[in-house]
Amino acid sequence: MRAIEIGTDIARRAKNHGKAFVWALYGVGLLPALWAFYLGSTGGLGADPVKEFEHRLGLWALRFIILTLMVSPLRDIFSINLLRYRRALGLLAFYYVLMHFSVYMILDQALDLNAVIADIAKRPFITIGMASLALLVPLAVTSNAWSIRRLGANWVKLHRLIYVAAAGGALHFMLSLKTWRPEPIIYAAIIAILLAWRILRPYFLKWRKSMRMSAAR
Amino acid sequence: AEALKAKPGPYATDEKLTPLKDVTTYNNFYEFGTDKADPAAKSDNFKPKPWRVKVDGLVAKPAEFDIEDLIATMPLEERIYRMRCVEAWSMVIPWTGFQLSALLNKVEPLSSAKYVAFETVVRPEEMPGQQGLFQALEWPYVEGLRLDEAMHPLTILAVGLYGETLPNQNGAPIRLVVPWKYGFKGIKSIVRISLVDKQPPTSWNLQNAQEYGFYANVNPQVDHPRWSQATERRIGEDGFFGSGRRETLPFNGYGEEVASLYAGMDLKANY
Repeated sequence: MRAIEIGTDIARRAKNHGKAFVWALYGVGLLPALWAFYLGSTGGLGADPVKEFEHRLGLWALRFIILTLMVSPLRDIFSINLLRYRRALGLLAFYYVLMHFSVYMILDQALDLNAVIADIAKRPFITIGMASLALLVPLAVTSNAWSIRRLGANWVKLHRLIYVAAAGGALHFMLSLKTWRPEPIIYAAIIAILLAWRILRPYFLKWRKSMRMSAAR
Repeated sequence: AEALKAKPGPYATDEKLTPLKDVTTYNNFYEFGTDKADPAAKSDNFKPKPWRVKVDGLVAKPAEFDIEDLIATMPLEERIYRMRCVEAWSMVIPWTGFQLSALLNKVEPLSSAKYVAFETVVRPEEMPGQQGLFQALEWPYVEGLRLDEAMHPLTILAVGLYGETLPNQNGAPIRLVVPWKYGFKGIKSIVRISLVDKQPPTSWNLQNAQEYGFYANVNPQVDHPRWSQATERRIGEDGFFGSGRRETLPFNGYGEEVASLYAGMDLKANY
């Protein structure tokens, strides 16, 4: 084999490995939902299994949103490139939001659509949660390569909606509880830092560039 | 827990009892933590004995009662009551206790007494929810009833459930049970009961007055601002798939007995 062929062979294998990792990520990422479902159907989620299942799915949705938002700062600050996993992380977040809502609608409210609609209209924390779900729909729909090519620069703009959805998710969690608790505040703080990074990023990159240039001199 | 001798009381129900495991592992008792599993998990160090309850205020004969004496001398009955939490879930619990009126009659309330104020113990060293940075409520937990509500035969002080003394997580050694009101009115681990002339402050009302009123009568017509009160999930019965939300009844189904207490009152304004 000539060197160049070996080179493309390695590249192809690396690409296949990468794909395998992405699929593995989907598999691992859905495990918490499967596990909670298994616990729920075998009496392992306590006295109010539906609420517990609903809450766990919501928490995992927030966790995957956070992981999605971490990809870019990790690359900027620590040069860790997880870009190829970002779509999977984002879609996992969307799937969890969808499951969270489905459990609320099907298992919790027993498909009483009037009650669900009244909740969405009347309860601010549910309105915010529903709006955040709605914002994620166009992102999930345009997460394929075809849409990325097709939308070009607009794709990037469109996908900034995740910032709004993330803030909405954090607020939804905070407003859903009866008293102040550490967990929602921790989630909200992490999301706030990750969103603030988007504002600080250009300044950081400029500062680092100037540092590197002065070091090279 | 020790076994209690009690005769069956009135107000029994043929509804299915909530399993003991659920009654003792799914609790709101913020003195032990905000998670519903916290009270069962974190109340081992709590010492419900010895225990004294002070009854004072506008009474002719203020007194302190020892819990052992109360258990030995008060007419204990088993009362099976529905318990409707403000969070839209419910249970059916066999309490052992005596009518609050029996205790109040011993101290002889003065005619100036219009309300009854209750207070929970404060013991940060035994109650982890009373320590640290995030304390959900101000302590002591306080509750209150109008005197006629307190004297109503349905209103009991419970010292046991399922025939044994109260587990710590359910409010040992003595707690209030007012079955036509939301569960948070049922103040736990009571150390003081005072008869007063003005409506006393109540913990959840102090924490968020828009969401929790003084009366807190179960009312499917008046939503909590963040959820509907029209239906409820019966704990331990509906399980995972058979989500049988059931309709919530006015006064939690005790309207025949208690609706007259509120004749002429606007129950939307006085939620």
